[in-house]
Amino acid sequence: MTENLNVFAVRTLTQKEYFAPGHRSCQGCAEALAVRLVAKALGRNVIIANATGCMEIVSSPLPYTSWRVPWFHVAFENTAAVASGIESALKVLMRKGRIPRRKIVTLAMGGDGGTADIGLQALSGALERGHNFLYICTDNEAYMNTGIQRSSSTPFGASTTTSPVGRVQMGQITWKKNMPAIAAAHNIPYVATACPSYPIDLVQKVKKAADIEGPAYIHILSVCPTGWRSVPELSIKLGRLAVETGVFPLYEVDHGKYRLSIDFPQLKPVKEYVKLQGRFRHLTDDMIEQIEKRIRKEYGELKEKASKGARDDSNRD
Amino acid sequence: MGKRVGMEVSIAAAEAVKQANVDVISAYPITPQTHIVEHLSEIVANGELDAEFFCVESEHSALSVCVGAAATGARAFTCTSSQGLALMSEITYIASGLRLPMLMIIANRTLSSPLSIWNDHSDTMSIRDCGWIQFFVENGQEVYDHVFISYRLAEDKNVLFPVIINMDGFILSHVIEPIELIPQEKIDQFLPPYQPLHRLHPDHPVTMGAFALPSIFAETKKAQEEALRSSMPKIVETWKAFGDMTGRYYHPVETYKTEDADTLLVTMGSCGETASVAVDKLREEGRSVGLVKLRLWRPFPFDELKKATLHAKQLVVIDRAMSVGACGPVASEVKAALYGEVQRPSVYNFVAGISGRDVTPSDFIKMVDKAEIEIEEGNKEGYEIYGVRE
Repeated sequence: MTENLNVFAVRTLTQKEYFAPGHRSCQGCAEALAVRLVAKALGRNVIIANATGCMEIVSSPLPYTSWRVPWFHVAFENTAAVASGIESALKVLMRKGRIPRRKIVTLAMGGDGGTADIGLQALSGALERGHNFLYICTDNEAYMNTGIQRSSSTPFGASTTTSPVGRVQMGQITWKKNMPAIAAAHNIPYVATACPSYPIDLVQKVKKAADIEGPAYIHILSVCPTGWRSVPELSIKLGRLAVETGVFPLYEVDHGKYRLSIDFPQLKPVKEYVKLQGRFRHLTDDMIEQIEKRIRKEYGELKEKASKGARDDSNRD
Repeated sequence: MGKRVGMEVSIAAAEAVKQANVDVISAYPITPQTHIVEHLSEIVANGELDAEFFCVESEHSALSVCVGAAATGARAFTCTSSQGLALMSEITYIASGLRLPMLMIIANRTLSSPLSIWNDHSDTMSIRDCGWIQFFVENGQEVYDHVFISYRLAEDKNVLFPVIINMDGFILSHVIEPIELIPQEKIDQFLPPYQPLHRLHPDHPVTMGAFALPSIFAETKKAQEEALRSSMPKIVETWKAFGDMTGRYYHPVETYKTEDADTLLVTMGSCGETASVAVDKLREEGRSVGLVKLRLWRPFPFDELKKATLHAKQLVVIDRAMSVGACGPVASEVKAALYGEVQRPSVYNFVAGISGRDVTPSDFIKMVDKAEIEIEEGNKEGYEIYGVRE
């Protein structure tokens, strides 16, 4: 499988912007780019529940809004529950004939803190209850909105304001929580990872997830120049490197079946990814090797799951 | 007259939620609220009510589901108690700030610690300032009636606030009482389906829950404050309309034998009925005692309370919650209401019946005796926790 560079696919994207320009995100914010693409993919028939976080703050300073679709912010940890309420209300109001019947996508969005940490319980509950909604985690690997504090999604070794590099400790000492695997463990119909550096792949996954009946989860790696201490114009490149090094593989779990979206015969060295980011500046070659070893192992496991899925398919044929 | 039947008050509450044709129900189990949710789940399972019913994974999510549903234009219901209310407290403030109509019944129970499942008002006092309209009811009929009153009020375009009905856990929630059920066609007339001014829908995109910088925050909160205060005439009007339909008229402050009384008991919640028995006994003995019951807790009925109490020499205010390090929350509100008056009664404050300890008519009599003696001796603004073993 290779990357989808179909020129026609780009032209199918609407030119309309539902996440309007003029919001206040930082230069080079790949999270804003991801959200813009998600909004384009879903079009106007959507209701968004947004967790507290960067995307909420940059887009909704009262009395302004960047949203051209219905958008709702309630709190930090409850977005999946709010989306549950929206989805249930749409269902029952259509059933009772109080609003016209039609397809309206319920989208919940949160950052890695709002998803993998404080919002995990509400998300798990909503996935288990089987609401027909799409949850998108835009993962910039720390609490960037409050000033770059570590989350459970911060990668091993990364320096943040609460996992600093000190005399006896070298940044984050724990490994990144595997949030897509947790979502997949709920046996929901669709789980995927995506990255705005691969826009067509991202848009296709969002559209697919929106069409699926039942809960869907998409985990989007979102490069954050402010938090990662990287150069803003390198955000797209960093996203590509995250995928090419195996740090953030792009894949789908479609009704339990794993499929790699892009595979590489040879992964690039992790060093190429980390050397462009100030948050990893302190890493020694030994530490980078330790990271690479783990990433290769996890990538291998993922590939094994994907090839099992492919074998199952061919057996069925 | 509707049909009068004996039923558990929690069941009556659930039946009222059914009759109110609620769209979304979301709750999490906690004693003593459970019977309401259990019965509602039966009602939905039997197809007697067309609603989306969710047992969610926490009270925080229960209220969050209601917030999402109400913003989408659905009539939403939840109920909780104690720790559950404490867990959802964050969202209570947001629901009122967003001006979303919904109903929550709280089967009032003690807040830990020590852990206790029994009744007092410490749970609801923890969210006293959350900006909801807050009722305290005295018996099962009032619980049943206030479900309809609350929804009609909450959804009024000139109100748009979430509403809390406080009913005492176990003391009310688990007792069987005669309830006069209102025929469905009357309910449908009194409470038509909710038609929101704004809802989350792609045809009319709105942004809800924007954040406010200091330059605009105070203005939004003032708007909320003024809206809640000015809901008072609507509350009275809704009670009047309900009374015209059923013959049961409610008021922000209820009085019992107060006209010529020197001493007034002031209560809130189910202990009002017990206190009225005590007042009868004291009156038989020729004592000049009456009873004032607070039904409306927020917005606080300052004028009505003054009108009901200013002629008295002393008030004996019973609190079923503590504000540790200060006096009881009802007493501090009563004192605030009276402070501007030159001629005002003394306010003696008892905390009584916390964590479900029984407060009997004779306890009320003892409290009146004690307060009258203390005030006579010059302790005019006393505060004590009643009946504690030393």
